[in-house]
Amino acid sequence: MAMSDAPIRAEPIIRVDNLVKHFPITRGIVFQKQIGAVRAVDGVSFELQKGETLGVVGESGCGKSTLAKLLMNLEKPTSGKAFFEGRDMFAMSAGELRRLRRDIQMVMQDPYTSLNPRMTVGDIISEPFEIHTDVAPKGSREQRTRELLDYVGLNPEHINRYPHQFSGGQRQRIGIARALALKPKVIVCDEPVSALDVSIQAQVINLLEQLQNEFDLSYIFIAHDLSVVRHISDRVAVMYLGRIVEIGTEDEIYERPTHPYTQALLSAVPVPDPDARAARDVIRLEGDVPSPADPPSGCRFRTRCWKAQALCAEEDPPLVPREADPHPSACHFAELRHVVA
Amino acid sequence: MTDHRTADVSLQRDVPKGAHLLEVKDLFVEFRTRDGVAKVINGVSYYLDQGEALAVLGESGSGKSVTAQAIMGILDIPPGHIASGEILFEGRDLLKMSEGERRGTRGRDIAMIFQDALSALNPVYKVGYQISETMRRRMDMSKDAAMKRAIELMDLVRIPAAKQRVNDYPHQFSGGMRQRVMIAMALAMNPKVLIADEPTTALDVTVQAQIMDLLADLRRDLNMGVILITHDLGVVADVADRIAVMYAGRIVEHADVHAIYKAPAHPYTKGLLESIPRLDTKGTELATIKGLPPNLMRIPDGCSFNPRCQYAQEICRTTVPPNKDLGGGRTSRCHFAEEVLNGDV
Repeated sequence: MAMSDAPIRAEPIIRVDNLVKHFPITRGIVFQKQIGAVRAVDGVSFELQKGETLGVVGESGCGKSTLAKLLMNLEKPTSGKAFFEGRDMFAMSAGELRRLRRDIQMVMQDPYTSLNPRMTVGDIISEPFEIHTDVAPKGSREQRTRELLDYVGLNPEHINRYPHQFSGGQRQRIGIARALALKPKVIVCDEPVSALDVSIQAQVINLLEQLQNEFDLSYIFIAHDLSVVRHISDRVAVMYLGRIVEIGTEDEIYERPTHPYTQALLSAVPVPDPDARAARDVIRLEGDVPSPADPPSGCRFRTRCWKAQALCAEEDPPLVPREADPHPSACHFAELRHVVA
Repeated sequence: MTDHRTADVSLQRDVPKGAHLLEVKDLFVEFRTRDGVAKVINGVSYYLDQGEALAVLGESGSGKSVTAQAIMGILDIPPGHIASGEILFEGRDLLKMSEGERRGTRGRDIAMIFQDALSALNPVYKVGYQISETMRRRMDMSKDAAMKRAIELMDLVRIPAAKQRVNDYPHQFSGGMRQRVMIAMALAMNPKVLIADEPTTALDVTVQAQIMDLLADLRRDLNMGVILITHDLGVVADVADRIAVMYAGRIVEHADVHAIYKAPAHPYTKGLLESIPRLDTKGTELATIKGLPPNLMRIPDGCSFNPRCQYAQEICRTTVPPNKDLGGGRTSRCHFAEEVLNGDV
């Protein structure tokens, strides 16, 4: 964060440019016709620098998991581009794509369903080597798998055990070891700790941070728990209905939020300090998130926003630096409000 | 709100003086499975008074939900088995009642809401029918009267356009609204105790905040006692008056909510509080509790937390710590409770 004045910006490891993913809603069986679209991701742009952690927060349905799938190249975008080390991720040859899959890996939310129950831990972790044979030649695979188990804090002797013999936190470590197997540069973590108990969460967060330092990893860290995101992230993007509504450094988002949605989100997070109850700035949003199949015109947050005016229904506010604070915020009436006690 | 109570078949009971509204006394519950006996609840005692919010905090497997199921009488028996203990509601032991009497208390005296509102609602009936069903069956209300009351209840839990929405099916409601429908059902018979088992865990933070506000308002307006079962230290700090921390089927610490956050008196509570990311932990390694919660079929000797405790001594491995009274209603099951509280360990 200290490099804010530095004029030289290295090429970001990932650059996303106006990415859009619409899922068609169709009617009819033989003559299918499209009657609408779920605008899961609707114009998202950001950069991820090498060694950086970008936190992505938002409520269910905001498009954060679709964004993860796009970055993993598991979904093709409707429009927009994403670049990995300057190369267009969606216009790659099969060979390039295979190389890309090695560089970007993923850790999933649910450590119970993301591991095959019929495979041993050793097989789960070393399976990527079957495809990417040059990472670990045949003879060295078991050795490499043991190393990986050791990195993530599991006993290398347990290489022949099955997933059910491990607890939730340990299974998440297995998922992390699998993600590390191909020596990736970026790991997309989709809610990696939300299925875990509090005392185990901290262990996994510490592990992710250690591994980042050790292997110079960049993380996209998707989560709904704002305090976890704050702890681990360098920068944070707040998503609402398929858009990024505010993006900035951890400090800018948590200490100087200018978008009303960010402020409401921060205000809704329960603070583990009963003495702060009275001192807190309480913002309660009405209702629920609108359907992404039919988002409101203009600013998408206006239906739940207490500041909404006629302008908000007409004009979509761009994500640009605002007078209130120089980090980008997509609100016509962006103003500072300190929410966190 | 008393008008509906008079329609009750059960009459005013004599409540012994000094009795708590609800009191769990030295409860032991085990699950007898093929692989052995899991000791899920190992001597839990807590109480609840009118209008009060007690938080029962614990991780998965700590026994917090099983205690609630035992109170409600919805424990799966078998494999569950209540080995011993008492559950007193207004001084009467629920466990000694006949099934008929017990059914009379369920919903009427004590009601419960669950984490997953969608699976708790019947998908093929309209919500209005589901809310009014209880009142028709249990309070002998006519169909129309019960439906009218269902709309009132939906208004009470702030479901917009309740009059129209009684005719909707559960899938037409959002997650937060479904949880409100569950709360409306639970309130149908004006219970004196509401048990909320992780009511907001499946919800987004902004919706969670709405539901927590609603529960707090209802508690105040209806003067209900609320038992909030949760694993979230943030939620507890926001709503509870008192807190009981559970670990491996025991309450390891019990205190006023302000006291516990200021200075925990049990190493487990201390560990939990330290493991939450906060502003000042940024850029540092989070404090963790090493290891895992114990297998309930093989609870360690002595203090069940001893293998994970950074302060464990010889005595912790051999002797179960007594429930030490630290004054002011505060208790801790730790041999070194005073030292932990004063930070001298």
